[in-house]
Amino acid sequence: MAAPSLVAAQTSSRTRVRLKPSLIAGIVIIGSLVIMALVPNLVAPYSPTNFDYQAVLQAPSIKHPFGTDNFGRDVLSRVIWGAQVDMQIALFTTLFPFVFGTLVGAMTGYYGRWLDAIFGRIVDIVVTFPFLVLVIAIVALLGPGLNNMFIAVSAVGWITYGRLVRGEILTQKKAEYALAGRVMGYTASRIIFRHLLPNAITPAVVYWMTDMALGILLGSSLGYLGLGAQPPTAEWGVIIADGKNFMTTAWWISTFPGLAITVAGIGFSLLGDGLADLLRPKG
Amino acid sequence: MNPQTATTLLELRDLRTVFHTARGALTAVNGVNLSLHEGEVLGLVGESGSGKSVTLRSILRLVRPPGKVSGTVLWRGTNLLELPESRLRKVRGGEISMIFQEPMTALNPVLNIGEQITETLQEHTNLSSQDRNARATELLELVGIPSPKERLKDFPHQFSGGMRQRAMIAIALASNPKLLLADEPTTALDVTIQDQILKLLLRLKDTLGMGVILVTHDLGVVAQTCDRVAVMYAGRIVEVAPASELFAQPRHAYTLGLLNSVPGAQSTRRPLIPIPGAPPNLANLPPGCPFSPRCPYVTNACKLEQPALQAISSTRLSACIHFDRLEPVNAQPPPEVQP
Amino acid sequence: MKPSDHTPIMRVRDLTKTFPVASSGLDRVRGLPAKSVKALTGVSLDLLRGETLGIVGESGCGKSTLARCLVRLYDADSGTLEYDGTNVLGLRGKNLRSYNRRVQMVFQDPFSSLNPRMTVGQVLNEALAVHRLRSSREIPGRIQELLELVGLPKDASERLPHEFSGGQRQRIGIARALSVEPETLIADELVSALDVSVQAQVVNLLLELQERLHLTVMFVAHDLRLVRHISHRVAVMYLGRIVELSSTEKLFSSPEHPYTQALLRAAPDLDPSRKNTLEAVHGELPSPLNPPSGCAFHPRCPKAFERCTLEVPKLEARGLEGHESACFLYEPSSKFKLNLNLLEKP
Ligand SMILES: Nc1ncnc2c1ncn2[C@@H]1O[C@H](COP(=O)(O)OP(=O)(O)O)[C@@H](O)[C@H]1O
Ligand SMILES: Nc1ncnc2c1ncn2[C@@H]1O[C@H](COP(=O)(O)OP(=O)(O)O)[C@@H](O)[C@H]1O
Ligand code: SF4
Ligand SMILES: [Mg+2]
Ligand SMILES: [Mg+2]
Repeated sequence: MAAPSLVAAQTSSRTRVRLKPSLIAGIVIIGSLVIMALVPNLVAPYSPTNFDYQAVLQAPSIKHPFGTDNFGRDVLSRVIWGAQVDMQIALFTTLFPFVFGTLVGAMTGYYGRWLDAIFGRIVDIVVTFPFLVLVIAIVALLGPGLNNMFIAVSAVGWITYGRLVRGEILTQKKAEYALAGRVMGYTASRIIFRHLLPNAITPAVVYWMTDMALGILLGSSLGYLGLGAQPPTAEWGVIIADGKNFMTTAWWISTFPGLAITVAGIGFSLLGDGLADLLRPKG
Repeated sequence: MNPQTATTLLELRDLRTVFHTARGALTAVNGVNLSLHEGEVLGLVGESGSGKSVTLRSILRLVRPPGKVSGTVLWRGTNLLELPESRLRKVRGGEISMIFQEPMTALNPVLNIGEQITETLQEHTNLSSQDRNARATELLELVGIPSPKERLKDFPHQFSGGMRQRAMIAIALASNPKLLLADEPTTALDVTIQDQILKLLLRLKDTLGMGVILVTHDLGVVAQTCDRVAVMYAGRIVEVAPASELFAQPRHAYTLGLLNSVPGAQSTRRPLIPIPGAPPNLANLPPGCPFSPRCPYVTNACKLEQPALQAISSTRLSACIHFDRLEPVNAQPPPEVQP
Repeated sequence: MKPSDHTPIMRVRDLTKTFPVASSGLDRVRGLPAKSVKALTGVSLDLLRGETLGIVGESGCGKSTLARCLVRLYDADSGTLEYDGTNVLGLRGKNLRSYNRRVQMVFQDPFSSLNPRMTVGQVLNEALAVHRLRSSREIPGRIQELLELVGLPKDASERLPHEFSGGQRQRIGIARALSVEPETLIADELVSALDVSVQAQVVNLLLELQERLHLTVMFVAHDLRLVRHISHRVAVMYLGRIVELSSTEKLFSSPEHPYTQALLRAAPDLDPSRKNTLEAVHGELPSPLNPPSGCAFHPRCPKAFERCTLEVPKLEARGLEGHESACFLYEPSSKFKLNLNLLEKP
């Protein structure tokens, strides 16, 4: 029998799933951002990069709800196209850390001994540096750009997932159902992936949601500093940086991408909260 | 002790505790009538969830919302349920003390044992600070803790489970209580330690002249320590009798079922006689006798109306319609299991 | 009733298991040696085919450690463990798996012993499929059989553990263990967490299954009454050692070891007329970090004499046939000295 996915083990209950309002709000927010990211050309009223010197630095209006920037680009369209870049950032700064960290955490937690000792050393080394400093150092080393940023964040970010999952696995593996699995003669991989992980992964999934928000924040910070996405790419941090010289005269350029970051952050944490609730075993 | 001549220390009249939860009202204690005489050990026995702990906590109004207590708790003439909070505090931990199953959660982990005893002494006696220390040592000695003077400075985590229970008893005794409420005080302990603690309680009861209500689910503990027994089922008292009479011949079908399901001394490797099914949902009790769905003696009369707890002899009460039809304990040993 | 025959199916000799204890930083600074708990010290016993062997003792005496060593959840430090002639302690991988198919375990905690996210059907299906005990077509039928065997309702297979009561959950645990058709069942405090009336239901089930499936059972519990009720033979443990081992009848009617005597006296009798105001035994269980010298029971033993503090008494036949104890009050009866776990012939 093939090991079913985590989700399948999740929903096999007969009990009907009732969604909480906060979870629904989270799904709506992140869902709309995902749609913007997937088909920005259908959602955005203008091109994000075309200059329009007839309409520079226009305040928000019906025609340009978020106003225009110093090149006459429609800020709303740039924010919508920015969703594409920033949702990618959210995903690619966290996907590898989530998967790899979870695997490492599960292995070290289950097997312990020397594997655990090595992991412990790595953690000790990495936690002595502040996260941002480490990431900036790596990006500086590799050169600016989105891909290098993903590499830098991934190289450091998996540690947190590893620690979270390791701790959970340590408690779960002492539970009698895990011992029963061993006495039933199940392989270690079956016990880890089918029995322990579904019961151990919830905190990591919840943290993943928060981490995506943090990823966007980090990505846009690096974009702002010129180390992440490069202009003229519409990325929320880059847009904010574009607008920084016009803060007093054209507040809308920086404000709306800033709001977008905030909304995305709220969306992810609502989603995380809701998921935590949904994934908790019944009884 | 003869219950007729003894003076009544505590009387519960129609005690009722309801928890108003999201899933509806749950009646944990359902019209309990019970009295305790001076110097008596009364056992309150029943399976988990039958309402024993809530009954004890209701006596001292320790039930927190959404729980609501009603009825009467007559303590030497005053109704504790109507007493103002300030006067109740003198009774609680003063005239009436309580000990729990898990001493670790009942003791304060950051105060040493000496401080916890002197605190109670300060609250409930007029002793000087010096006398309080002397008294604390005396109390530890009384409950059988070796080198009591030194152990006063120890913290709860430095005590073993049995010693912690002894320390909790010492704290409970600090106020010279007239009544000790003991909620499964030995359930978490090993048999040899349980035996020590129960015998300690009995000795203390005699020397200090306290009444004791002992909550337990262990029928053996009841048999060995209690003068009288009240059996609880689904929030109700279903039978009250002197211990010797109860174990000789139960007069409620539930009590009989309980005694039958305990492995006896004589019949080895024979099937036990379990009670079929499970206790009812307290939020949704069956009509009539709460035990009727599991009762082998059930008749239509049982399902019509809830039988009241009635005197069936000068010493016994029962809420079973068929109290006089019950067979003796382990009446017909079932046949041996055959391969 | 007697077990079907008296050949040992499992032989345990001198099993020892020590757990390291995390020492405090202060101890390490002071240079104190690392501490360890001797959970098992030279445990020897035979499990006879078809019998129920009860293991009793107070908490911390090593019952669970013994049970877990026997199913190889823990690796014993030293000693030997033979099952049906094979050395179990050396088994790995596939061989260990097939050993575990023959020797199964049922756990204590009705709550943590089942994966909260797997339905009863999934639990049983997994066991049957992994061990290829049935073709996938036959599995649903076999699941129904197992559910019926342990007295669970037919629709149980689609339900999650939290929908069951404590007694029912223990039945699920039994069904899981039985799904691989074992010969031997190690039950660690199977009914300790249950109310008496439900306890009786599960005990009956165990008795019935043992007869129907010819199981050999090791029943670990701290409740003397229960152990007495269902065991053919009983071993009493104290601080990591077996101090007495005998047929149930003899152990309960004429216990030899003072600790066994104390245990029996301490267990509250159901008859109120047999009240005893004297404590069965004084003192507390010594710390396993620092066990007493000689006979571990000597600090609490009313009959201890000098030799008890110096020498460790061996578990051997010291009087009645088939009755072994580890106490210097009784001289070893050389006649039976070599017959470990000798059992009275029917
Ligand atoms: N704070 C509470 N809120 C809701 N229900 C409660 C609360 N405390 C106890 N109960 C319910 O009251 C019933 C009786 O509980 P309890 O007195 O603790 O039983 P016992 O001590 O006999 O095992 C149980 O069904 C329990 O779930
Ligand atoms: N995994 C473990 N790690 C450390 N010590 C343990 C472990 N398991 C058991 N012990 C210790 O070994 C001794 C025996 O424990 P156990 O076998 O669980 O006893 P019992 O089941 O008889 O209560 C105890 O002192 C206990 O603290
Ligand atoms: S050997 Fe000595 S100390 Fe141990 S039980 Fe026997 S008499 Fe008591
Ligand atoms: Mg209780
Ligand atoms: Mg144990």
